[in-house]
Amino acid sequence: MTSSVLLVGVGGQGTILASKLLTEGLMQAGYDVKMSEIHGMSQRGGAVSSQVRYGEQVLSPVIELGGADILVSFELMEALRWLEYLKPAGRLIVNDFKIAPMPVVSSEAVYSDNILAQLQAAADTTVIDAAAIARELGNPRVMNIVLLGAAVKELGLAGLGWEQIIRDNVKPAFTEVNIAAFQAGLAAVQ
Amino acid sequence: MKKLLSGDEAVARGAWQAGLRFAAAYPGTPSTEILENLAQMPPVRAEWAPNEKVALESAIGASLAGARAMASMKHVGLNVAADPLFTFSYTGVNGGTVIVTADEPGQYSSQNEQDNRNYAAAARLPMLEPSDSQECLDMTELAFELSEQFDVPVLLRMTTRVCHSKSIVTLGERTEAEIKPYQRNFAKYVCVPAVTQKLRVKMEQRSERLLAYSEASELNRIEYYDKSIGVICSGDCYYYAKEVFGEGASYLKLGFTWPLPAARISEFCRQVGKIYVIEENDPYIEQQVQRLGFQPIGKPFFPPYGEMTCDVLRTALYGAPLPTPAYSRGDVINRPPTLCAGCPHRGFFYEIGRRKDVLIAGDIGCYTLGSAKPYNALDSCICMGASISMGHGAAQVFDSVKAKTRVVSVIGDSTFFHTGVNSLMGAAYNQSSVVTVILDNRITGMTGHQDNPGTGYTADGKHAPAIDVEALVRALGIRQVRVVDPNHLDEVRQALDDFLPLEEPSVIITRWPCALKKFSAEDKAEFAQAFRDKNRVDEDKCIGCKLCLKCGCPALSYDAQAGSMAIDRLQCLGCNICAQLCPKDAIIKEEA
Repeated sequence: MTSSVLLVGVGGQGTILASKLLTEGLMQAGYDVKMSEIHGMSQRGGAVSSQVRYGEQVLSPVIELGGADILVSFELMEALRWLEYLKPAGRLIVNDFKIAPMPVVSSEAVYSDNILAQLQAAADTTVIDAAAIARELGNPRVMNIVLLGAAVKELGLAGLGWEQIIRDNVKPAFTEVNIAAFQAGLAAVQ
Repeated sequence: MKKLLSGDEAVARGAWQAGLRFAAAYPGTPSTEILENLAQMPPVRAEWAPNEKVALESAIGASLAGARAMASMKHVGLNVAADPLFTFSYTGVNGGTVIVTADEPGQYSSQNEQDNRNYAAAARLPMLEPSDSQECLDMTELAFELSEQFDVPVLLRMTTRVCHSKSIVTLGERTEAEIKPYQRNFAKYVCVPAVTQKLRVKMEQRSERLLAYSEASELNRIEYYDKSIGVICSGDCYYYAKEVFGEGASYLKLGFTWPLPAARISEFCRQVGKIYVIEENDPYIEQQVQRLGFQPIGKPFFPPYGEMTCDVLRTALYGAPLPTPAYSRGDVINRPPTLCAGCPHRGFFYEIGRRKDVLIAGDIGCYTLGSAKPYNALDSCICMGASISMGHGAAQVFDSVKAKTRVVSVIGDSTFFHTGVNSLMGAAYNQSSVVTVILDNRITGMTGHQDNPGTGYTADGKHAPAIDVEALVRALGIRQVRVVDPNHLDEVRQALDDFLPLEEPSVIITRWPCALKKFSAEDKAEFAQAFRDKNRVDEDKCIGCKLCLKCGCPALSYDAQAGSMAIDRLQCLGCNICAQLCPKDAIIKEEA
């Protein structure tokens, strides 16, 4: 059985670090792991995605339409964009956070107020206000690690050595706040 | 030791383990990380070359001198390097040499989707196609052995997903490859007709031996499960196919793909029922299977373009991908990539986008985004360096009929060094009226900040001479040259006003660093004030006219409730372009 986790967001939100930490943990737990990203144009303010697959033996590194067990979206609109990659019975973790796309900034399009309701109607959805949690922790940038914590809890992997993995991969000055963010993410999922 | 590596990282590791001494490359997605990694792997001498032709020729020289050598590039880069490639196949190697081509099915970051497996067939080069990172490492190591065994450069063909997907790799140790003694050898290395006519014959004999190797190679592997379906595939397609068919099909996984193993393919085809060929880009394997007298199902049953991911295969085979949650995509708004806040290209594109009767010839780099809204300021984009030469040709025609249309060519610093210099030489020599704008942001931006001959640093961070762009341009014969600060719109406007009417070629150089660049000591001295300031909106003065939005900065937004503009302080880098567009002086610059 291969499990598929799709992490999506907007360039600059830290999806890549979150998925890197996730793969480290999965490797240490003895799983076969594959991870795929598309670089390039997407980093200039565009939609970004990291795909993580793990199991006894992983074949394709790419998650297909309808193939993700868990979709972790760092932004509301992005959850709707990538929802078609979720299995019908898959679970969605969504950050209650909006980043206006350029057409919204330039007043050519309107960011719908109804997105969260649409997501909740379509999928088993856990809403996390990672921005508020990160702000309380004193660093808005650790939103990504809050969401990683939530994803790890959903995946039933909370028991792995995550603190050490964070220590090994984050600059010392930011270690404690990232560990706190991770714990807050774990606690945010029932 | 086991590690999670991308295909690019694994190729670098494999080359290092094989005793690589010299590597050269020009950055290009998805190949860039190969050389970036090699630059951190002593004793490999790893260099950014100004272009792929230079990279390959440098590698050929290193091979001639007896060292194992590598050149890596994206698919279109091999077009630039094709000239040495074909003849290098004639001479063969001294030190083993591997050429990496990273193709882009799906065109995520490229201007086309060409299939470089055709180069292997055309140049008679043995070709290896890895499917995952472990194979990237193993095949790279093997490629150096094969190169020396068969006296031929080896082509390692990767694709975006192979380059950028990470999977678990078992690392090995480095085996030093001795630098072979150099011996002058006219009959091998001097490609005059009397020599190459003989080499041409030897090449055919070599191809025969390579075919025999391919037939026997473990890299071309048959896996029998259910024989009612047989799948022939290579590269990442092997995993996509296996995920979709599982044990409901048998597989011929091809890893050594020039020459293709005709006998093994025939053996497999005779054993299975329905034959599918699953490959990305061209029907390269499929045509070989057809030539052997079989009727495989390939293109266009599977799309002739794009990636063959599992959902694509399922749609072709079963009419639909896997089921997904029911919902409407109606509210999804696109996120087109934009020039970053503080991007030094913004001022130029704002100004040129307002001009009428101009043809703007574009080039390859971040500034291709000048084609998007709100600038709409590019008329063409073909390949590296083409902006200046295409602009030159267009200007010659417009000038000959006294057309009102003026021509502006737009090119970045690294792209100018890549192939723009020759293009500008042509414009200077033949004296068209093209206005060339070199957007010098002091780095190779789009591919993620690689140094180049203009930055003053090498791939491994050592000091190097930095090209003086203005002096170079003048040396080519351009008399009208001006360097401007692109964040001062009046300077940009004045330069365009002055140069557009000229009857001779001219060059405007905009010199300001990329907003994402990690500053060198020289940058800190030259651009001391850069990106330290902030712009903010005086809400009492702002009338909400949104004119500032015409600069297309992602830090700007309109606050409908307040009826005024807002600037995201986290994103803003104080370039002050928006303030210069404000008719009410409502945008204030706060100096750091």
